Amino acid sequence: MLYRFWIAYLTITRKEIMRFARIWVQTIIPPVVMVALYFIIFGNLIGQRIGEMDGMLYVDFIMPGLVMMSIITNSYTNVVSSFYGAKYSRHIEEMQIAPVPDIVILLGFVTGGMVRGISVGIAVTLVSLLFTEFSIHNPLIVLLVALLTSCLFALAGLINAIFANSFDDITIIPTFVLTPLTYLGGIFYSIKLLPEFWQQVSLGNPILYMVNSFRYGFRGTSDIDLFTAIVVILFFIALLFSVSLTLLARGTGIRQ
Amino acid sequence: MLALEISNLHKTYASGLQALKGIDLQVEEGDFFALLGPNGAGKSTCIGIISGLVNKTSGDVKIFGHSIDEEFILAKSMLGSVPQEFNFNTFEPVQEIITNQAGFYGVPARIARQQTEHYLKQLGLWQHRRSQARRLSGGMKRRLMIARAMVHKPRLLILDEPTAGVDIELRRSMWDFLEQINDQGTTIILTTHYLEEAERMCRNIAIIDEGNIIQNTSMKLLLKQLNSETFVLYLRDDLEQAPKLASFDNIVTLDHHSIEVEVPKRRSINDLISELEAQNIVVERMRNKVNRLEELFVKLTTKTKKEGAA
Repeated sequence: MLYRFWIAYLTITRKEIMRFARIWVQTIIPPVVMVALYFIIFGNLIGQRIGEMDGMLYVDFIMPGLVMMSIITNSYTNVVSSFYGAKYSRHIEEMQIAPVPDIVILLGFVTGGMVRGISVGIAVTLVSLLFTEFSIHNPLIVLLVALLTSCLFALAGLINAIFANSFDDITIIPTFVLTPLTYLGGIFYSIKLLPEFWQQVSLGNPILYMVNSFRYGFRGTSDIDLFTAIVVILFFIALLFSVSLTLLARGTGIRQ
Repeated sequence: MLALEISNLHKTYASGLQALKGIDLQVEEGDFFALLGPNGAGKSTCIGIISGLVNKTSGDVKIFGHSIDEEFILAKSMLGSVPQEFNFNTFEPVQEIITNQAGFYGVPARIARQQTEHYLKQLGLWQHRRSQARRLSGGMKRRLMIARAMVHKPRLLILDEPTAGVDIELRRSMWDFLEQINDQGTTIILTTHYLEEAERMCRNIAIIDEGNIIQNTSMKLLLKQLNSETFVLYLRDDLEQAPKLASFDNIVTLDHHSIEVEVPKRRSINDLISELEAQNIVVERMRNKVNRLEELFVKLTTKTKKEGAA
């Protein structure tokens, strides 16, 4: 039985990877171009006037955050668009009719989102080499945080898609929630620059923990304690995993 | 053994619509079974519940003895379903749609590829295997869904109006395919609006109307219930008004050359021809107004509606 579930999982994952790989010009290239522009404008042109941030060149400071932003956006977008597309054109029924447990469907979609997030993250990291010197303080931390963050936002994308009733619904959360939280998540600045009150407010933003732990992996410096950051990410993964599994089991948005 | 066993199945949608009002249904293994009913009768809801696409309100469904609640993995692995609406990713190549479906059922890749080739060839789609599904004609898309439903070799196949919008030639080739897989042991449940199709292929039948099963019997027994059949007669000579016949009451003039006559079960066609000949009316040709099952179906569902209105 487990072998059959394993085949089903591999099928969903492969299908998800093929979906974005087939249209790589639309899925992989645009985020790379966008981040390259960030490096040129904020890293080089404006960054040279800013000087140092947290004891490093500004372009080196923003590099991990920009990679993380790409991972977050792409793992989220992949699952939300793929799952909602499957709902909209009803081919999600192919999996519902088959003897595939909900957890296998969930893991398949999430893995697809993670693969896209990590693929774009690698592409963006390669582009960053044109603007910064490559140095990794702790590769395991970089890998761990990248995997956990992509998993978390793939789950968030799935929940968005489950509740979405139109294509507008799958753009509202990224536009009005995800983007502001990402920009305010310490990509472009250290929260130490903020007044005490806003530093405390910033601690309520989960993306801050991901960006800082990722920056720690690359540069060895962080505004947040690494252990706390990992625990926060794991907590949100556990929470969103339970929510999405419950929603799939209830058939919310996919079964009448 | 029972391929499908439905007990006291209810479905009430969030809107308050009671789609199924406690139906019971049993389908024997190896049967070719017709599930008929007018639009909105509850057929697709029933199939949706069996397939796991619709949540039931209450009741039990078992597929080859396995409950869709407690043993849903076993129950689903024995079921193949061809829905009414196209529900595949139209941007995916035909071959990939089928092999992916096999993968969802846990069929290893090598066997999935073999099965895909087998059914695509059998249903005349092999030459289109690399085409995106959206490029296929309507009939080809229907056959694609049948191939997809068969790829894991289900013991029970449910087809929800598989021949809707399909031309006659293709419909007949699909009938041949379905009869062939039924002969090989696959139990088939068919819903269709082409009652000629059900009468030709199905051995047993249930008619569902307004969420209730109003008939559940063998096709032969059901057709025996037909108390009369209506024939259209084409006459050699012009006729001004409907002839008056001693043994036949319901005669309607369609035009100067044709009349419609209801022939009761106790009367033969010979009686009718004889009475017409006695009045010098020569019948050149004749045909059934509609097929027998259709006539009965209309009578039964109309009766239910009248009773409901009363």
